[in-house]
Amino acid sequence: MPEMRLLDAIRQAMYEEMRRDPRVIVLGEDVGPKGGVFGATDGFYAEFGEGRVLDTPLAESSIVGVAIGMAANGMIPIAEIQFSDFIHPAFNQIVSEAARMRYRSNGGFGCPMVIRAPYGGGVEVHGGLYHSQSVEAFFAHVPGLKVVTPYTPYDAKGLLKAAIRDPDPVLFLEHKRLYRAIRGEVPEDDYVVPIGPATVRRQGTTLSVFAYGQMLHEALRASDEAARDGIEAEVVDLRTLRPLDAETILASVRKTNKALIVYEDNRFMGFGAEVAALIAEEAFEALDGPVMRVAGPDVPAVPYADTLAGAFIPTAAKIAGAMRQLAAY
Amino acid sequence: MPVEIRLPQLGESIHEGTIARWLKKPGDRVEKYEPLVEINTDKVNVEMPSPFEGVLVELLAAEGDVRPVGSPIALIETSAVAPTPAAGTAPAAGPAPAAQGVGPRLSPLVRRLAEQHRIPLSVLETLPGSGAGGRITKEDVLQYVARRAGPPAPTAAPAVPPAAPAAPPVPAAAAAPGDEVVRLSPIRRTIAQRMAQSKREIPHAYGVIEVDMSAVVAWREAHKEAWRRDGIALTYTAFFVRAACEALRAYPIVNAAWSEEGIVLRKAVNIGIGIAVDEGLLVPVIRHADQLSLAGVARALDDLTSRSRAGTLTLEDVQGGTFTLTNPGVFGSIWSMPIIVPGQAAILATDAIVRRAVVRDDAIAIRPIMHLGLSFDHRVFDGAVAMRFLNHMKAWFEGFRDGD
Repeated sequence: MPEMRLLDAIRQAMYEEMRRDPRVIVLGEDVGPKGGVFGATDGFYAEFGEGRVLDTPLAESSIVGVAIGMAANGMIPIAEIQFSDFIHPAFNQIVSEAARMRYRSNGGFGCPMVIRAPYGGGVEVHGGLYHSQSVEAFFAHVPGLKVVTPYTPYDAKGLLKAAIRDPDPVLFLEHKRLYRAIRGEVPEDDYVVPIGPATVRRQGTTLSVFAYGQMLHEALRASDEAARDGIEAEVVDLRTLRPLDAETILASVRKTNKALIVYEDNRFMGFGAEVAALIAEEAFEALDGPVMRVAGPDVPAVPYADTLAGAFIPTAAKIAGAMRQLAAY
Repeated sequence: MPVEIRLPQLGESIHEGTIARWLKKPGDRVEKYEPLVEINTDKVNVEMPSPFEGVLVELLAAEGDVRPVGSPIALIETSAVAPTPAAGTAPAAGPAPAAQGVGPRLSPLVRRLAEQHRIPLSVLETLPGSGAGGRITKEDVLQYVARRAGPPAPTAAPAVPPAAPAAPPVPAAAAAPGDEVVRLSPIRRTIAQRMAQSKREIPHAYGVIEVDMSAVVAWREAHKEAWRRDGIALTYTAFFVRAACEALRAYPIVNAAWSEEGIVLRKAVNIGIGIAVDEGLLVPVIRHADQLSLAGVARALDDLTSRSRAGTLTLEDVQGGTFTLTNPGVFGSIWSMPIIVPGQAAILATDAIVRRAVVRDDAIAIRPIMHLGLSFDHRVFDGAVAMRFLNHMKAWFEGFRDGD
């Protein structure tokens, strides 16, 4: 099985789906001859032509709006938002139109489309205020949307294929730091990873850590560090944020009796708050310590300067510190 | 000098108890009043507090043993009290002082584990906490449980004395190959013993009458929704209890008991209510039921029923009955002859209310009819009283109207 980077797995998933199904189309800023700002559609223009690989103006509301129209007319668009920071002009199209299509039509119409959006900070190239945002909490709030964020290249390919084949809109969030940092085995054949189930990446008994995307990577590193102090963390990769796999989360808390949630977004009303509420409501009697969160601070954005960006992003060292605190509680 | 701990008198008419679970093991230090052993009696489970402070030396009864009241079950050495830190000396590694004014902070899990393993709060709070600020953690509790359990004791062959039966036993139902013998639970054993005793000692006589429940059924149908909104489940049993109380007031001889010295007329009207539970039958008592309104009876029934099902009745709840009401009608019985509870003079059975064709004014009418049956101790009173008693109830039911 070949090893590849997360970015390559995403490219392969789209490539295979476009080969498999002529209805699949990609559109977005610079996805054409340039092959995407990160190279996710590299070579697609030559292979599939300008009819299926569409360069768009810098107008995200239009990208998503056009994609919704395509979906309504029998195509399966994959809309690329160049950076999730720029998704906000499309908020109305995603939330008020795409997510509600099935409900509005009393189940008659779906809106089979995927919106891919690279997100997150801490990248070497200084994302700063306009290239670092985490947007999952805005969209995971919306019934009718599925929100997925993979950690391994294997999951990236399998989940993206599942998203393309899903009859309803899926927001596919890709953490930019994982694009080239993570390598993993990816089968060359066709497979899907179902949207929904979380997975345990590391078995442990002392406490449970819930994370996704790049934060999962940091949590796994933190677990290795904490293991030297005898702390055996169980690390759960949520993978799908909506629908959320409550069963796996609660089973892990009932096993370890302590929960730590990690997310890069601002702490206040971040996605982890929902996970914490779930645990408090459903596993109260299993708790042997407070449900804790490690998250970005409540400042408006990830700053530009290295030192300040480092202060914002939850790192393995910060997570390990929280693990020690929770283990000792 | 070790002192003997004896199985205490746990309630009237309780003669033995089953050692359900030792909460201490030999060598453990025991505080006065600290729960020592859990005992199952006929109807309730009780935790027996230690009457002495000291060190538990020996267990004289194993878990599962049935022992008569007053028999020794353990030895406690009261002089060899484990050293306690002298006043003024700080314990070397005691639990960290909790925040002022509040007990140690216990997580939901620790509380649950303590409950599961039956660790009293007073003991729990004294465990040395290994968590931050001396908090008692899951591990602290589990380690305590492991310590308390000790290594699995080598169980000696059960020291069952070869009982020499005074009389040759009745040829018991011998188990044939393939049969299964279900071990008697304490509650089953008690039911068996008391029912057999009653049938042996009390000459039972029976009377049954037919009651037209039209008035009660109509009134209940008209009011039960409103009562339910007020949080009261208006069951037929509540009406039965009220009617029985009225009749018992009119015929105090029914609220009585036989003794060789004379017939004891009970002053209090405490009505026992038969309640079927998974394990068998419980008979909790509504005290001074004659002083309660219909609503008061309904509330008391609701409380006793839910606590019977939850297994949280106390000994007090099941003692002191002077008259018993059983309602096999809920299971569809239309003709019942119940067995009198020893120590009482009668038991009332209320059967299912069934729509029947009856004659009214020389015409055939359909009416909800119930059979009301009384089993009574013929030594205490005779059939005439029994039938007057039943007819008093019948009149109450048939004349039922608003405002009772």
